[in-house]
Amino acid sequence: MITTIAGHEVDVNEEGYLTDMTRWNEAIAAAIAAGEGVGPLTDAHLKVIHYLREQQAKGAALTIRSMGKSGVVTTKELYDLFPGGPLKKSSKIAGIPKPVGCI
Amino acid sequence: MSTDNQPVKKICIIVSRGSLDGIYPALIMANGARMEGIEASVFFTFFGLNALVEKTLDHLKVATVGNPALNMAMPLLNLPITMPFPSCVGVIPGVSAFATGLMSREMEKLDIPPVREFLELISDSGGKLFACRLAMDMFKLKREDLCDRVDDVLTVGQFYEDAAGAGTHLLFT
Repeated sequence: MITTIAGHEVDVNEEGYLTDMTRWNEAIAAAIAAGEGVGPLTDAHLKVIHYLREQQAKGAALTIRSMGKSGVVTTKELYDLFPGGPLKKSSKIAGIPKPVGCI
Repeated sequence: MSTDNQPVKKICIIVSRGSLDGIYPALIMANGARMEGIEASVFFTFFGLNALVEKTLDHLKVATVGNPALNMAMPLLNLPITMPFPSCVGVIPGVSAFATGLMSREMEKLDIPPVREFLELISDSGGKLFACRLAMDMFKLKREDLCDRVDDVLTVGQFYEDAAGAGTHLLFT
């Protein structure tokens, strides 16, 4: 489904996740974040978002536990930065697919 | 949103079993709830308290006796899931520890943390960990016997008070 986010035409799935992570930019991230009730995006948010994108590009499975151990962010900070669904929301803002794991 | 689609806002989980397989489902469900932005409380009662007691929480075991669902489809053994684990083998000293070791290794591969780290994860995520007052009295346990991530020791009534609110679900595992 093609939609316009922050002036950019992007393809998203039915839940609003970007289908192509390479079409992502920080303006899109800010717009998605606002829609999710997150932000305004700070350096702390962006650090997490860029880390998520790096991990996704490597094909790593993302879990809350691996995020907490990454050294990028603590579990507490992650919940504070992305209230109401830390991994789900940060992934959506980062333009990567919705995490499928249970942990 | 229609009331038919009322989302789960809070999940209160009661865990009364103290084996590894008794504790983990509660921890996984609580952590999973927090990941979805759902509030979570876990009330540990009876043998479930083993997951909170400092001296026992790192040594929880899989039951190899009286556990008819346990089967031989374990790594290393590679036998079919239809073959039950013989209880007479389960009583041999060390077998429960061995089965636990195998299961822990498989869980680690899936990024499921050990009990202590899991409690920390849930606590850091804002989930609440409660010990049952009555079970504490029964097992002659004191607050200082419990791990420091425990939020409180509650009576049954206090636990239900904590559960108040529309969209709360109670789950007995």
